[in-house]
Amino acid sequence: MTDLGHRRLSTFFFRHPRARLAALLAVPVVWIVGVYLGSLVVLLLSAFWDTNPFTAQVVHELTLDNFRTLFERDVYRDVAWRTIRMAALVTVADAVLAFPIAYYMARVASPRTRNLLVVAVLMPLWANYLVKAYAWRTMLSDGGVINWALGPLGLHFDGYSTVGLWLVFTYLWLPFMILPIYAGLERIPSSLYEASADLGGRSLETFTRVVLPLAFPAVVAGSIFTFSLTLGDYIAPGLITSEQFIGTVIYSIRGEALPVAAAYSLVPIVVMIAYLLVARRLRAFESL
Amino acid sequence: MSARKYRAARWAALGLLVASLSVVAAGCGGGDDGGSASTEIEGLGSSLEEIQEMAREEGQVNVVQWAGYAQLTDEFKSATGCTVNTRDGGSSDDMISLLQTGEYDGVSASGNASVRLMTTGDVAPINADFIPNYADVQEGIKDQEYNSLDGEPYGVPHGRGPNYLMFRTDVVPEETDSWSVIWDESGPYNGKLSIYDDSIFIADAAVYLKATQPELGIEDPYELDEEQFNAAVDLLKQQAPNVGEYWPGDVAKQIGSYTNGDSVVGTTWPYQYVQLTAADPPVPVKAIKPKEGTTGWSDTWMIYSQAANPNCMYLWMNHMISPEAQAAVAEGFGEAPVNLKACDLTKNPNHCAEYHADDESWWEDVYYWTTPTADCGDDRGEVCKTQEDWEAAWTEIRG
Repeated sequence: MTDLGHRRLSTFFFRHPRARLAALLAVPVVWIVGVYLGSLVVLLLSAFWDTNPFTAQVVHELTLDNFRTLFERDVYRDVAWRTIRMAALVTVADAVLAFPIAYYMARVASPRTRNLLVVAVLMPLWANYLVKAYAWRTMLSDGGVINWALGPLGLHFDGYSTVGLWLVFTYLWLPFMILPIYAGLERIPSSLYEASADLGGRSLETFTRVVLPLAFPAVVAGSIFTFSLTLGDYIAPGLITSEQFIGTVIYSIRGEALPVAAAYSLVPIVVMIAYLLVARRLRAFESL
Repeated sequence: MSARKYRAARWAALGLLVASLSVVAAGCGGGDDGGSASTEIEGLGSSLEEIQEMAREEGQVNVVQWAGYAQLTDEFKSATGCTVNTRDGGSSDDMISLLQTGEYDGVSASGNASVRLMTTGDVAPINADFIPNYADVQEGIKDQEYNSLDGEPYGVPHGRGPNYLMFRTDVVPEETDSWSVIWDESGPYNGKLSIYDDSIFIADAAVYLKATQPELGIEDPYELDEEQFNAAVDLLKQQAPNVGEYWPGDVAKQIGSYTNGDSVVGTTWPYQYVQLTAADPPVPVKAIKPKEGTTGWSDTWMIYSQAANPNCMYLWMNHMISPEAQAAVAEGFGEAPVNLKACDLTKNPNHCAEYHADDESWWEDVYYWTTPTADCGDDRGEVCKTQEDWEAAWTEIRG
């Protein structure tokens, strides 16, 4: 384009602010609406399609049978509850582990130690998720390092179990809990601690009546990650246990019963929407 | 004024959403109408010479396969100019959905996929004139219900094999000869069973019931009526808590579990057995066809009816049943070749005898995978459980 062309173009956009806005937003809007929401809409639609019982091919006829299947067969409800329970337990474990670490990072550690800790927390995120899951699979094996360490004590841990999976998830998502809590604690001004002390608050009182209420939205913010990531995961459950979770069921039935799989995938979506609504009431979004 | 603007923005957003929805719906509609059974595929040469010529222009062929199936791909490339790109499927359902993406030219389909693929027209019948090696394929394997429809051959047979009972000989007695080790309620190896994670495994329960509960009257493990089916499902549900690991067609996972001893007995493909015994140091395992018989497969290379590289795919089908490729397949995966000329080329001169390549009586109690349909194939009529029932039951068995 010539220099003149450049000038013409900028004159045009200067005179037409709406065109300017449209040109700026076109790509992100197409991405969000077309690619992101579009694929969700396809998913939603697929939940209402029928399948040919013999060929398992999707037939484009609207039906509610898939939802009926989900309600009538106990297995889907059992699996959904198992998954939600797991997500809740992982979230609690992560919150309990993350809070002291985050508190130490925000309030106690020297700037140098703090930087080192931030790197240490972020480091596992640089390793591929699959590698970490496989590493845990090896460690939890009967001949793995965990049972090797427990052996002399006369103990044996059945690693390929729900408890084993709980450990793996708790490990995998811990950084996602530490970072929001750390950020939340950082934002509490030191003057509040001093004020509490001036008014006669002991450290435990300061913690329960000042720090915890102020940091709670950050914990909820972190829990959004740990809860939703557990809810949707299908690789770690497949590697660690032979129990089914929402993700593994969807993965295993997608070939022959795509519409049922699509309908089932709405379960975690609905659960997450409810979770986010509660989180919003708890002011978690302000801590993100 | 600003309130009106806000409302306008909301309507615009809604409009966009509706627009995206209709675009999506349009994309979903218009499925194909199921194929006509014609060997003519767009872009396929009309003579062997023409096919060879056109294959050089295509330069590639993309196939969905069971792990380890494609053999001698370098030799194939230098002979034809076609690079072979493979994608492993873990189950028959997996393979069907991969093929239906339209990105592949062909598939190595087992009976529980091939029957469905022929019915939907996703695969095309072959013109045997363009596949010279087809004449050497054992007659007994041609024109079966899982590789032909209405008398027309669909694709070329790849090879056949049994699903074995495999166990670690340092844990399980060497003389074990029955499936009861995995079905017994109080079996000594419970908690360390390795079980194939697919609905077709219901047939394995049926094979065991056929032998142990003759009063159920099971003939064919894929043609189960209500009572027989429920018995098989109950047996599987009873087994489920004893399973150490379900392996979803992921051969590496099972090989790993047998290697470190997390699994000691279960069902497997010959491929894993070959890999485990060839490992360094070799894992002490033994694989057998138990006395009750077993399920198995007789697989077929089929061509996608809208293949982008049909000429390379035709040459590929011819290649896979050549004596050289058949010998490599038979020893690599551990199965019986369908082209007996391969028997002179195997590294182990007794391979064909060990795998009973031309001993039909050995195969009598090997029930090849096929698609369960409502039609029982006998005087019981249309009361048998379908593929859909099998899939639904499998999800419940897994619990």
